[in-house]
Amino acid sequence: MAMEQQLEQLKQEALQKIDAASSVKELNDVRVAYLGKKGPITDLLKGMGKLPAEERPKMGALVNVVRETVTTQLESKMAQLEEQAVNEKLAKETIDITLPGRPVKLGNHHPLTRVVEEIEDFFISMGYEIAEGPEVEKDYYNFEALNLPKGHPARDMQDSFYISEDVLLRTHTSPVQARTMAAKKGEPIKIICPGKVYRRDNDDATHSHQFTQIEGLVVGEDIRMSDLKGTLALFAKKMFGEEREIRLRPSFFPFTEPSVEMDISCFKCGGSGCNVCKKTGWIEILGAGMVHLNVLEMAGYDPTVYTGFAFGMGPERIAMLKYGVEDIRHFFTNDMRFISQFHRTEA
Amino acid sequence: MYVSTNWLKDYIDISGISKAELAEKITRAGIEVDSIIDRAEGLKNLVVGHVESCEKHPEADKLNICQVNVGEETLQIICGAPNVAAGQNIVAALPGARLPGGVKIKKAKLRGEVSNGMICSLQELGIEGKVVPKQYAEGIYVLPEDAVPGTNALGVLGLDDVILEFDLTPNRSDALSMLGVAYEVGAILSEDIKLPEISYTESSEQAADALSLRVDAKEDNPMYVAKVVKDVKVAESPLWLQNYLMAAGVRPHNNVVDVTNFVLLEYGQPLHAFDYDRLATKEIVVRRGEEGEKMTTLDDAERTLNANQLVITNGKEPVALAGVMGGANSEVHEGTTTVVIESAYFAPASVRQTSKEVGLRSDASTRFEKGVDPNRVAEAAERAAQLMAELAGGTVLAGSVVFDELDKTPVRIVLSPDYVNHRLGMKIPMDEMVSILERLQIPVEAVNGQLVVDAPTRRQDLRIKEDLIEEIARLYGYDEIPATLPVGESVPGGLNSSQQKRRLVRRYLESAGLYQAITYSLTSREESQSFALETAPVTELLMPMSEDHSVLRQSLLPHLLEAATYNVARRIDTVSLYETGSVFLGTEADGLPKEVNHAAAVITGKWVDHKWQQETKTVDFFVMKGIIEGLMDVLGLTDRVTYEQAAHDGMHPGRTADIVLDGSRIGMLGQLHPSEQKKRDLKETYVMEINLSALLAEQTEPLVYTQVPRYPSISRDIALVVPTEESAGSLITVIQEAGGDLLKDVSVFDLYEGDNVEAGHKSLAFSLTYFDPERTLTDEEVVARHDQVLEALKTKTGAVLRG
Repeated sequence: MAMEQQLEQLKQEALQKIDAASSVKELNDVRVAYLGKKGPITDLLKGMGKLPAEERPKMGALVNVVRETVTTQLESKMAQLEEQAVNEKLAKETIDITLPGRPVKLGNHHPLTRVVEEIEDFFISMGYEIAEGPEVEKDYYNFEALNLPKGHPARDMQDSFYISEDVLLRTHTSPVQARTMAAKKGEPIKIICPGKVYRRDNDDATHSHQFTQIEGLVVGEDIRMSDLKGTLALFAKKMFGEEREIRLRPSFFPFTEPSVEMDISCFKCGGSGCNVCKKTGWIEILGAGMVHLNVLEMAGYDPTVYTGFAFGMGPERIAMLKYGVEDIRHFFTNDMRFISQFHRTEA
Repeated sequence: MYVSTNWLKDYIDISGISKAELAEKITRAGIEVDSIIDRAEGLKNLVVGHVESCEKHPEADKLNICQVNVGEETLQIICGAPNVAAGQNIVAALPGARLPGGVKIKKAKLRGEVSNGMICSLQELGIEGKVVPKQYAEGIYVLPEDAVPGTNALGVLGLDDVILEFDLTPNRSDALSMLGVAYEVGAILSEDIKLPEISYTESSEQAADALSLRVDAKEDNPMYVAKVVKDVKVAESPLWLQNYLMAAGVRPHNNVVDVTNFVLLEYGQPLHAFDYDRLATKEIVVRRGEEGEKMTTLDDAERTLNANQLVITNGKEPVALAGVMGGANSEVHEGTTTVVIESAYFAPASVRQTSKEVGLRSDASTRFEKGVDPNRVAEAAERAAQLMAELAGGTVLAGSVVFDELDKTPVRIVLSPDYVNHRLGMKIPMDEMVSILERLQIPVEAVNGQLVVDAPTRRQDLRIKEDLIEEIARLYGYDEIPATLPVGESVPGGLNSSQQKRRLVRRYLESAGLYQAITYSLTSREESQSFALETAPVTELLMPMSEDHSVLRQSLLPHLLEAATYNVARRIDTVSLYETGSVFLGTEADGLPKEVNHAAAVITGKWVDHKWQQETKTVDFFVMKGIIEGLMDVLGLTDRVTYEQAAHDGMHPGRTADIVLDGSRIGMLGQLHPSEQKKRDLKETYVMEINLSALLAEQTEPLVYTQVPRYPSISRDIALVVPTEESAGSLITVIQEAGGDLLKDVSVFDLYEGDNVEAGHKSLAFSLTYFDPERTLTDEEVVARHDQVLEALKTKTGAVLRG
């Protein structure tokens, strides 16, 4: 059976060459050499005519088996070589992944805006609206409507920037409360008023002639001092951490009675005493009180039916405490190296 | 207010509590104790010494060799003070002594002579120079003759004292006196207080015979009490009195003046002492000043009076500026023998005005301004008379010379315990409320379940029910107030649309690479209108603190550029800042300026800076324009906004555009004029400012989704050669008109000026996208429409299709 032997020999040869091929090209040469139209297998098939008729089917089948074996082996080797080629290519494409990425151009909030929005968002979640008003204000709304009659020391020319006898740069955001009450006559109120305010101060590390305030006002039937305390306690926890305790100390503001100042337990040392709380364990955060009945009356509220509370704080002070900023002037110098530090979340 | 705890002990027992604890309790009850000053801190080994002899140092002109008896021994101490002399009792710091500032006293040799310590001045003991009696200000302090050598000097000088520094709120003027403090501390500690007992022997002579009184200005001066004390011997006050005054921060002068100051501090009632003989007329007339009238005050300043100011006169000329300062002509001096004590109620507004006009604030004026206790005016005069009799050997004439039309009735306040509890959200029993008011020595009666309170006149801050609620609550303890939340209908909170959009604008600008700045609203007159979109009369301060902050801004850019310069000067080459804030324009009908919210931005330096990728791009006009286009897009205004070439002061004439919304100018952007850049030490800098109020007031269309395209679009590019001055915008308009409904988008993708284009011309390339949402367009349709576009460009603009 010379032909069978020949076939077996061809198969072995082809498989060896496939195995030895080290590139797609070599392998393609092998394919052409053995399976091509001029290849030995084709020749064998052509030569089948010379065989006796009864042997032809057997031989045909045999040739096909060899052909399939070689083809299968060839394809498998081809896949292997292709993968190898891809891997080599990819290996060459390796980059230094420690090189820095392409910077995303992104700015951020001023730290004061960050603090103000955080406060706004807390009170919005408690059902407050934001009220705004003019920065140049009438003496009436800035002082008189807030129980600071003419002649009161707190409205001294020395402390305020007057434009005329009756107009000045607002010294606090409280006139927004007075305006809101006058506008909402008789309706319950729940607002916070953020904004810029101005005082006659020489700019230094702790004073600024322009700064920010955020005040709150709640007016309704049966608003109690305990409601003020509860609201402020929630605020302190939200703003400064769940473990914060608050304490109220009696104080004085012309537009509230009783008036208080609120301290929170120090968020740095937790109350044991450190440089932030000046070793007292407590940090003064805001002033507050029950709306003075003169203020309610002047705005047209019946103080026997309506009561209210108000509170006010300085975002500069809060930002200084929270972020450890030592000089209030940093907020207004607009040094890129300062502002750009306030980009990331603290959540 | 400095409260000496040694002095306080005269009225109340505070032995059971440490000073720190006392301070804490006072603070929690409402008066903030700012600091606790231990006067003995850092002082050690100081004794009374007696200078046995004092001789010149042979080797040093200014030094004296003193032999000082310090009790058990006599030590040689070298002293350089000019006033040291044999026979004096002094304060000796022995070897091993400690003085303030960590000074240690050691045995030493001075020019060959041994010195076993130091003879001290009061300043060396930590007493402020301004309260040291004048005669000892430049040398050592001399103790009274009865001081015993060897005794601890701290006790003798009252330095074994702790001072509580009060930071008083304006309503608590009652605590501007030691007695007021005693009432407060008594209430806090539930301790009784001991008031001064006033008794002295009167002469048979009547004060009214020696002095007459007329008050012409009754409103300004509703009460005036004068007492006459004769035969006084003006001398140094006893040490205890000097010590009390120095502890309170008041400089001792002589026994007469010191008594008036003591009573001021004890009662909170300012007094004045006149030299009776210097008054000359035996008469006191209180009246308003005359315009242009002159007087010389105690500080030797000549003052010109006006008709608003209240003066005390001798019937002819002013002898004191009422409630503010005495006159030099009637001042008590060493030779004074007869003294007139003045105790009066001067109306707060009157004293306030006078004090402001003459620029003088004194311990007296600050108390009058807040209103003194009407019921202690007469008593304070009696107290002073008693002390002048005791300490200056004076004889008090019988009775007082009095004018009195002052209302002294206490304010009656009736309130129910329910009302108190309701307002506080608490359940304090009525008994407890009564007890608290009694501790404060506020007269209270329970009548038919109501509290009937007569607020004492020393507590001018108690006027309405809420004032008493505060008293009850602060002594009951604010810690006892529960934490509740307002009950009742809850309404959703939130931002209004303008507030929401302002936040959106800020976030957008930041995501576009800008950092938020906050600058001052006050600026200089010169800069106030630079770059303003709209100018109007400026709003000017009446009394600016400086020219730099004297008017309100009409543009945000000057300060924003100042910030850019600040950064660049610190080698921060790339600056990208924006600000939102108000500008102030003219005056509206309500008398206030129109406040308009603006947004502004400044960029300079590199916009793209990725060095290792060799990508660096400096800022240009189109960076800023892109930011604005994006802003208009998020606000839904893109289709309503156009940009028009513009020229403005301070801006580059060829690189400036107005931002126009529905035909009205609402902002501008562009490059700073090179001369402006130079003036501000900036390189190429681009700015924009926009009227945010106008922008945010615009209603935008509701957002309705358009179907995502189901059919393909077809793009055609064209390159046109046009004269240089032809704008891309006008070409786009022509393209859009001709392209009609099938043209979905047209965008510029190339701009070329140079060798390959005819001089005075440029090449602009556009990409046009054709699309029909209903079906797939055929080539023929697109070609037909595109030809229309080309034709329109040719006929309407003279553009030549580039080959």
